[in-house]
Amino acid sequence: MEIPKKLTVSASPHLHCGENTRTLMLDVLLALAPAAVMSVILFGWRCLLLMAISVAACVGFEYGARRVLGRPNSLGDLSAVVTGLLLAFNLPANLPWWMPVIGAFVAIVIVKQFFGGIGQNFVNPALVGRIVLLVSFPDAMAPAEWPLPLPYIAGVDTVTAASPLAALANGTAPSLQEMFTTATAYDPLSMLLGLRPGSLGETCAAALLLGGLYLCIRRTISPVIPLVFMGTTAAVTWACGQNPLFHLLAGGLMLGAIFMATDYTTCPINFKGKILYAFGCGLLTALIRLFGNMPEGVSVAIVLMNILVPHIERITTPKPFGYVKPKKEKGAAQ
Amino acid sequence: MKRAYGKELTKGFLRENPVLRLCLGTCPTLAITTSVLAGVGMGLAATVVLICSNVVISLLRKVIPQKVRIPAYITIIAGFVTIVQMIVQAYLPAINDALGIYLPLIVVNCIILGRAEAFASKNPVLLSAVDGVGMGLGFTMALAVMGAIREILGAGTFLGIQLLDRPMLIFIMAPGGFFVFGMLIAAANAVAKRLGRKPAQKAGCAGCPAAGACNGCEQAGGDAV
Repeated sequence: MEIPKKLTVSASPHLHCGENTRTLMLDVLLALAPAAVMSVILFGWRCLLLMAISVAACVGFEYGARRVLGRPNSLGDLSAVVTGLLLAFNLPANLPWWMPVIGAFVAIVIVKQFFGGIGQNFVNPALVGRIVLLVSFPDAMAPAEWPLPLPYIAGVDTVTAASPLAALANGTAPSLQEMFTTATAYDPLSMLLGLRPGSLGETCAAALLLGGLYLCIRRTISPVIPLVFMGTTAAVTWACGQNPLFHLLAGGLMLGAIFMATDYTTCPINFKGKILYAFGCGLLTALIRLFGNMPEGVSVAIVLMNILVPHIERITTPKPFGYVKPKKEKGAAQ
Repeated sequence: MKRAYGKELTKGFLRENPVLRLCLGTCPTLAITTSVLAGVGMGLAATVVLICSNVVISLLRKVIPQKVRIPAYITIIAGFVTIVQMIVQAYLPAINDALGIYLPLIVVNCIILGRAEAFASKNPVLLSAVDGVGMGLGFTMALAVMGAIREILGAGTFLGIQLLDRPMLIFIMAPGGFFVFGMLIAAANAVAKRLGRKPAQKAGCAGCPAAGACNGCEQAGGDAV
């Protein structure tokens, strides 16, 4: 009994769109590319070095940790490359070169591989890497004086200024009206192009929006989380009498809302859950920015909401069609 | 008899280490171990209290009524803590400053009450003293190791000697404390598992989970194969 070769017997699914973790991660990398290019244009070649070190360290730790723990090699899914790039995006351009290596160790080994690798981490690895670096080296990660973009045009090698959110805390930030009418360092166009001090990948809002648009069109991410996240932050800051546009364009809100909060592993599955999660992220970000000790709160807000995701999932589990809630007491129901 | 003393002495070092294996006294462990000196000071202060309270409670174990034993133990422990605190204040003011509120809080350290309840109230005086020495030294060693890791990585110093230029501040903060604590517990468990591993026994069908499925084929024809 010979089975003809054309009659392959297999279990469903029989059609596959060809999408897998690697193609998804490639899409994310492609979406991050504009911001990466802009960071090199804005802050110089050192960004390239930091990104290369961060990515190489993440890939190396991913390989080494899987090897030591006796698990199959997972470099092919490219998730370590994405983590490395996102980590680098969260660092200031003048950071000592060895600090990303520590951040990569925390992100990949402690947050990701200790908990079982891709899909098992309970918080965003790149963000925890950033937070550990921020808490450990506050003078390097959150300096009072950030490098200004385009130093080679200004002709001076190191020109520094306070970050926009620090300016906001000092009360030197413009109001919504002043942003459009008066000559200020923070006019909407230069904020959109990223001509302001900040971390590598967070400054150029236009590039981040472009990447986010690409991910939404490719349906890699749903636009719900970024929109609700940014909307909530803008609404809360506006309600508290601050400039909502400035809050949207300053700090790492765009980067966090588009690329960090939408990580599959650490965000809820349902539509309702996504809204709740993104609302929490936005609210916490606004509250930390308005009343907190630190000028910026996006990373902490996302990590806190990451931890709450299992509980959000529990309260937003959809009811099956025709589901009847079981009655608690038999006597009372009659 | 001699072996029993040795066993009671060494069990606190690793096998029943109060902090790393029994998870007692975690509050001072996390709060104090930002430096080696504070860790060792805390450990030794607790050791002195532990030995003295173990001895006295063991002596009084037939006198203290069952129903009021906890208040009685606490009173004895508090007495010794007060003595130790006064001595430290008088002769080691630096350590007193480093330990702060955690020195008087040795009164409520669960290691001391735990040994009183679990050991000293049931065992003779000398054995209880040896138990106190072992447990106290185990506690001191755990605090010293943890303090050393946190001081070197978090402050860049060891006993005040500068080692690192750019220390990772997170290690002397609470998250770093929890992280180092967790890593040490994992390491202690791994070492204890290795030490405690018994020589491989010949597994019979009785202990095999698949015995039901294979219908005892080892007994039937195992030797022949």
